[in-house]
Amino acid sequence: MANDVAEARRLDAETRLDERSIYLRRLVVRTLDGGKRGHVGSSLSPLEIMRVLYDDILRYRADDPAWENRDRCILSKGHGCIAQYVMLADKGFFPLEVLDTFCRRDSILGGHPEAGKVPGVEASTGALGHGLPIGVGRAMGLRIKGSDARVFVVTGDGEINEGSVWEAAMSAAKHRLANLAVMVDYNKIQSAGPTVEILDLEPLGDKWRAFGFAVAEVDGHDVAALRDVLKQVPLDADKPTAIICHTVKGKGIGFAENDPNWHHKSTIDAKLIDELYQALGAA
Amino acid sequence: MRVACGNKVFELAQRDSRVAYIGSDLDPPIVKRMKAEMPGRAFMEGVSEQHVVGMAAGLAMEGFIPFVHTIATFITRRCYEQVAVDLCMHNLSVRLIGNGGGLVYAPLGPTHLAIEDIAIMRALPNMTIVAVCDAEEMKRFMDQTLDWPGPIYIRLAKGYTDPVISRPELGFAIGKAIVLREAVGHDRVLVVSTGVATTRALAAATDLAAEGVECTIMHMHTVKPLDTEALLRHATSARLVVTVEEHTTIGGLGSAVVDTLVEHLPGAVPPVKKLGIPDAFAHKYGSQDQLMEIYGLQPPAIAQTIRDGLRRRHAA
Repeated sequence: MANDVAEARRLDAETRLDERSIYLRRLVVRTLDGGKRGHVGSSLSPLEIMRVLYDDILRYRADDPAWENRDRCILSKGHGCIAQYVMLADKGFFPLEVLDTFCRRDSILGGHPEAGKVPGVEASTGALGHGLPIGVGRAMGLRIKGSDARVFVVTGDGEINEGSVWEAAMSAAKHRLANLAVMVDYNKIQSAGPTVEILDLEPLGDKWRAFGFAVAEVDGHDVAALRDVLKQVPLDADKPTAIICHTVKGKGIGFAENDPNWHHKSTIDAKLIDELYQALGAA
Repeated sequence: MRVACGNKVFELAQRDSRVAYIGSDLDPPIVKRMKAEMPGRAFMEGVSEQHVVGMAAGLAMEGFIPFVHTIATFITRRCYEQVAVDLCMHNLSVRLIGNGGGLVYAPLGPTHLAIEDIAIMRALPNMTIVAVCDAEEMKRFMDQTLDWPGPIYIRLAKGYTDPVISRPELGFAIGKAIVLREAVGHDRVLVVSTGVATTRALAAATDLAAEGVECTIMHMHTVKPLDTEALLRHATSARLVVTVEEHTTIGGLGSAVVDTLVEHLPGAVPPVKKLGIPDAFAHKYGSQDQLMEIYGLQPPAIAQTIRDGLRRRHAA
């Protein structure tokens, strides 16, 4: 399995980012500049997942975030919130300028996303392992109400060390919640180091299958591939869906890729911001 | 009390389509009835308290009012972060029903004794905590749970044999203390209690009255938000304040009362004695009543504490 992980990482690293992905990364850097801090690698690995969800999959109204028929998108790995903030800003949930206030005293954008503060954020996350149980409850609630809205939960890989994720997975399968999809941002590096060393998740696809999910695996930076698989959700009309997205921590910033030191930076100065922009190529 | 609570959930679910029930692995009769009559809104989710609380939060986010029911220790300690983040931070209308609060599970040992449930729930913003004293009061309380905002921790103190001491004519409102017995004259003692400790406090007051010691019995069924106005009104002229709870003396009702008196009566705090469970895990089994006796929470010991308190007051 370790070889498969290495192979997946090599292929994902080769996935080229298009102009829109580069633009979104520039917004990530802009946000980091606003806060002078932030989860860098953790916000770059799920960026294409969030992009495809908001560009092509989710049903929502940016000017009416509580619209009853919207799909519910829960970023369970709350530390990757910049990826969601830039998509929400890009879609008009709030002005782009708000990104510049990231982590500042009176900002709506904290280092972890809060429902009720940030338009479009469905649940306050940051403590790990909370998004899937909440997602199960929301999917169940939508079913009782007869709604055809769906629930998408994006988790990290380190996050699914949490037992609560697997408690919720058993429940989702028991209730045959086909209106629920979980997407694992599998960048293979958690805060303290490689997942294979900290707490190996493999065989990850088999785990989700064993827990009763219909499973797909996809290059999490390949926009077309993500779009294809997400358009097929639910993968089984009688099961919840799990999509394992093979990603690269820090994707797009060469010197940060696959480096646990870029999980989070508590100080980001102007020089570093400049280097981040340079790594993305001149605008 | 437990049966009354379950029946009320069923009745509320019949009346209001927002009400749902989520159990873990207890099997009260309500589950079968709800599954038969309201199959979409009754869940038995297994021994997975973290998930259960998160799922309840998700249902509440969709407009439902879930009643989550399992053993008190497991619904508080086991999933504390889910209660804090999923329920309290989002301020959701989820009701946690803790079976066997306090010393109910005495024969099962300290893993099952919820001796600090009120303290840890009380520390969470937005949480409401209610410990009624009997089955009839439970019914009156449950009727009010549909309209109360935010999460509620409901402490079930006992199973089937609680004597009924509450009186319908005194009414019930969440957050409003009930004075079950009011002392006359100036030379009086204020006893503040919650849950089934109120039953013991009331019995102690009856014994003391025969000796000429008058006690006001204030039943503080809602520990949070505390009825500060009622407490201060009665405490201001009291010679002695005694708190009685089936709970550790750290962080529960007694602490809430002391905090309030210190904050609102600077320089004029009356003498206070906190009666409760000492800072230790139970080292005996037996019954709830036996452990309450060991901890000085039965009427004779409560009465003696009050006599001693008054003697010290005279000596001073």
